[in-house]
Amino acid sequence: MTAALLAEQVRRAFGGVQALDGATVAVAPGSITGLIGPNGSGKTTLFNVITGYERLDSGHVYLDGRKITNAPPQRVFALGIGRTFQLTRIFPRLTVMENMLVATQHRGGRRARNPLARAGGAADRRRAMDLLEFVGIEDHAAAQADTLSYGQRKLLELAYVLVADPAVVLLDEPTGGVNPSLIHHIEARIRALNAAGTTFLIVEHNMDFVMGLCDQIAVLDYGTVVATGPPAVIRADPRVLDAYLGITEDDDDGG
Amino acid sequence: MTPALSRRGATVGPAAAWRVSGVLVAAAALAVFPLWFTNGLVTTIAVDTMIFVGAASAWNIFSGYSGYISLGHAVFFGTGAYTVAIAARDWQLTGDAVFWLLPLAGAVAAAIAVPFGLLALRVRRHTFVVVTIAVFFIFQLMAYNFSFTAGSTGIIAPVLNWQPATYNNPFYYLALAIAAATTALSWLIRGSRFGLQLRAVRDDEDRAAGLGVRTRRVKLSAFVISGLITGVLGGLWFYFIGEALPQFAFDPLFDISVALMAFLGGIGTVAGPVLGALIIESAQQYLTTTVTNDYLSEILLGALFLAVILLLPRGVIPTAAEKLGSWQARRRAAPREVPAGAQPDGAGGTEASPAPAPGSAPESAPSGPPAPAGPPGPERRP
Repeated sequence: MTAALLAEQVRRAFGGVQALDGATVAVAPGSITGLIGPNGSGKTTLFNVITGYERLDSGHVYLDGRKITNAPPQRVFALGIGRTFQLTRIFPRLTVMENMLVATQHRGGRRARNPLARAGGAADRRRAMDLLEFVGIEDHAAAQADTLSYGQRKLLELAYVLVADPAVVLLDEPTGGVNPSLIHHIEARIRALNAAGTTFLIVEHNMDFVMGLCDQIAVLDYGTVVATGPPAVIRADPRVLDAYLGITEDDDDGG
Repeated sequence: MTPALSRRGATVGPAAAWRVSGVLVAAAALAVFPLWFTNGLVTTIAVDTMIFVGAASAWNIFSGYSGYISLGHAVFFGTGAYTVAIAARDWQLTGDAVFWLLPLAGAVAAAIAVPFGLLALRVRRHTFVVVTIAVFFIFQLMAYNFSFTAGSTGIIAPVLNWQPATYNNPFYYLALAIAAATTALSWLIRGSRFGLQLRAVRDDEDRAAGLGVRTRRVKLSAFVISGLITGVLGGLWFYFIGEALPQFAFDPLFDISVALMAFLGGIGTVAGPVLGALIIESAQQYLTTTVTNDYLSEILLGALFLAVILLLPRGVIPTAAEKLGSWQARRRAAPREVPAGAQPDGAGGTEASPAPAPGSAPESAPSGPPAPAGPPGPERRP
C-alpha cells in the first residue's frame, strides 16, 4: 500500500545544526498520524520541508507515490496538502469570508482564468460558509479577521485549509494555547473529517490529545525517527520515555 | 449562512447608493470644472492634480494592495516622458499626433517594469523599498548621461497651435479620463480575485503561497499594470510641461508625493489616493505659484508627511469610515431597545440561529457567542 504521504531519509541542516538527520515518516491513507518529540527535534522543520517552505538537503517527499520533493508551497497546496501553522497565521485585515476565498482561488477552471472576476462566486461562498459552519464560526463571516479570538483564528485556519479538499492535512499544534472545550471541539472536527476520508499528520505536545486521537505515532528526536507504532506501543517504548514522555508528563503534572 | 449575507446586504444597500451618487456628483463636478474656471493658472493646477490623481491611484494598485511600498515609480513616469519626447523628436511628429504616442509610453514603461519587478521583488518589504530607490537613481543618472536623452539640456516638446484661452482643456480632459479609468480599474481590481490575492500577500505572503496563491506572478502583474499607467501619465505630463529634464522627469519628489497622497487618503482603499492627490497636489501647486519662497511647499509637504504618519497612520478615508460606522451603530442601537422580549438573554442579538446545524449541534460554537460582535449586548443593561 502506498503511503498517502511519505518523507524518506530527509536531511536538512541549518548551519551546524542538523535539524533533520535522515528522518523517515510514512502516513497511511485515511489515518491520523501523530508526530511527537521534544522541542527542537525537527517536527516543524519536517512540516516546512514537506510543504515547500524550506528546501531539503537530501531525501525525498512523496504524495500518494508521486514525488513532490522541494515543490514550492503553492504547488504543494494545489496537489492536495493543506497545513496550519504553529503560531496561527490568518490574513488579519481581510474579512473572515475573504480569508476563506483566498484559498478558493484555483478551484473552478473557467472562472480561474479571468483574474478580474469578482472574488468568490455563489458556489465558492456557499462552500466557504459551509466550512465556517462546520468549524463553528459562521457568525463571524463578515467580521475582519483580526477581531477573532485566538481559538477562533485556529478554527478559521483549519477551515480555509479545507477549502481545497486536501487529501492530507498537516496540523502544527492544533491545541496549542486553546481552552479545553475548544480542544474537544477541534478533536471532534478532526474525527469527522477523518471519517470522511481526510488523512492527518499532527504535531502535538498534548499527550492525552495525541494518544486519544491518533492511529499511529512517530517519535522524532534529534532529527531522526526513534520509534513508530500505535499509541499503546509508543507509550511503553523505553526509548520514547527516555527521549520525551518522562519530561512531558512531569510538565503536565506541574502545569 | 443566509442571515449573515442578507444582513450585510441590507446595510450595504444604502451605503452603496450614497457611494454611487457621491462618485457621480464628483465626476460631474470635475467634468464641468474647466467651463467654470477659465483662469489659466487654475486650469494648470487642475491638470497637474488630475495627473497625480491617476498616478496615486496607479501607485496604490501595486503598493496599496500588495503592501510593497515602491519609492521608484518615478522610473515609470520619467520613462513615459522620455519615450514621448524621444519618439516625437526622432520621428519629427508635431501637433496632436503626439498624443498617439501615449500608448507607446505605457508599453515602454511596462516593458521596463518587468525586469525592474523581477529584480526588486526578489526581496521583501523594507529591502524592496531600498531597491526601488536605487533603481530610481540609476534611471535618473542614465537620463543625465546618455546622448539620446540629450543629458541635462533635456528635450523640448513640439509646439501646439491651440487657442491660448482653452489650451489646458484637452490636457485636463485627457488626464481626467486616465485618472477616472485608473480609479475604476483600481476598484475593479480591489474586489477581484486578483485583488484579493494581492491583499492576502500584503497580510501574510507565505501563508498566501501555502493556500495556492502564485505570489510572484501576482506581485509582478500588479507592478507592471501600475508602471504602465504611470508611464502613460508621464508621457502626458511631458507634453503638458513642454520639456523633459532628468531632474524633473525622474523626480524623487514624485516618488514621495504619490506615496504621501495614498497614505493621507488611505492606503489600500480605492478613494484614498484620489482624495490625497486632490488635496496635496492642488495645495502644493497653489503654494508654488502664489508664494515666492520655492521651498515652502516642500517643507510643508514634509511636515504633512510627518503629521499623517503620526496622527492618521491609516489615512483619512478608513478613519472617517470607522468614525461614521461607530456613530451609525450607536444611532441604530438606540431605538432597538425593544427586542420583543422573546429572547431570554440578548446575547445573539437579532437572529440567534434558530436551529443549529444537524450534525454538530451542541459544541458547535465553543468560542463563538462571547460577544465580540459589538455594542448591542453589554451596553443595554448597565
